[in-house]
Amino acid sequence: MVKEIERAGIPVVHICTVTPISMTVGANRIVPAVAIPYPLGNPNLTLEQEKQIRKKILDTALEALSTEVDGQTIFEVKW
Amino acid sequence: MAKVRVVHYINQFYAGIGGEEAAGHVAELREGALGPGAAFTVAFGEEAEITHTIICGDSYFNENVDVAKEAVLNFISQTKPDLFIAGPAFNAGRYGVACGTICEAVAEKFGIPVITGMYAENPGADMFKEKIYIVSTKNSAAGMRDAVPKMVKLALKMVKEDRIGASIEEGYIPNSRRVNFFDQERGSKRAVNMLLAKMAEKPFTTEFPMPDFDRVAPNIPIKDISSATIALVTSGGIVPKGNPDRIESSSASKYGEYDITNVMDLTEATYETAHGGYDPVYANQDSDRVLPVDVLREFEKDKKIGKLHHKFYTTTGNGTSVKKSQEFALEFSHKLINDGVQAVILTST
Repeated sequence: MVKEIERAGIPVVHICTVTPISMTVGANRIVPAVAIPYPLGNPNLTLEQEKQIRKKILDTALEALSTEVDGQTIFEVKW
Repeated sequence: MAKVRVVHYINQFYAGIGGEEAAGHVAELREGALGPGAAFTVAFGEEAEITHTIICGDSYFNENVDVAKEAVLNFISQTKPDLFIAGPAFNAGRYGVACGTICEAVAEKFGIPVITGMYAENPGADMFKEKIYIVSTKNSAAGMRDAVPKMVKLALKMVKEDRIGASIEEGYIPNSRRVNFFDQERGSKRAVNMLLAKMAEKPFTTEFPMPDFDRVAPNIPIKDISSATIALVTSGGIVPKGNPDRIESSSASKYGEYDITNVMDLTEATYETAHGGYDPVYANQDSDRVLPVDVLREFEKDKKIGKLHHKFYTTTGNGTSVKKSQEFALEFSHKLINDGVQAVILTST
């Protein structure tokens, strides 16, 4: 899906835990996530802490969407 | 036993009528073998005989599919073959599509075995490989010598109703059918053997080839994200509580499009996941963990982004075919563009 969205002309960032799959599939802007069942959260933390995680990942995603890339790029989240 | 009666379909080029200039040639029936039919005749030996050859121009067939198909089916009614072969078409697109179309139609109407041959990237191969047997050939007529014996062998097996082996044994293009069988060695041993071969840089054959993934160049970045409309898409299966469209928990046949106008937060009472490929507990407690609507609403308020698009698109990514996923995304991407969406955040579990 990520590739078809890109092909349609819309910049897209893929937030996922298993980044090698994303690389194989062909996503260009990739942001690593927390875990498969909760990519943008962590049930072991308080809701407020979880939200902070979510914000950081999404900040990175916005940065990825604003950054020129010339190939597949993984944008690491700055914790 | 009497010889198997075979009718062979070929195009204007292989009939020696002409190239592109003769591609409008109307469907025609001739007695006996012609063109590549000579090679088939040799390979069939005493077992089968090409009684008739049907010739049709590639453009004529593709531009007049219904009429051409009807004409060919009439020829089959007249000639009553036991076996129908078409091509091989190698990498000729229109020829391949014609061979596939007519094989499928003949099999459906007369219930006789049909076979054709094509190069794997012939568009006719993707269109018909799950419907009929298509022997995998080289991409040009230079591959005739390889193709004919494979087609003949498989065709005669079909006529005799012998067991058809796997694609790798018989040489047909994989047709997505899976057949259970007992191997001599158990899976764990085969897997370790493959791993050892891989580590020793020796050849090995995977038992589950991954589909081919092509590449798309990245689009230019968003200049001003703070004024951009951003949409959320997920393969994590987030749906309104109760899964109103009944998106399948695996091998999804559809995607969902849901309005989130005025939705500030996904809660346990309002959203859940339909995905059957990961532990749903955490997503069901708080679907923002997969589809981060709550934080993007804050970003909207803080003017970090222009707007969160009022619809999100979702499906379950487990076991869903590449083909289906492509179809889904192709369709909703056009909707996104028409709705003025400038960027997408896609989340996967």
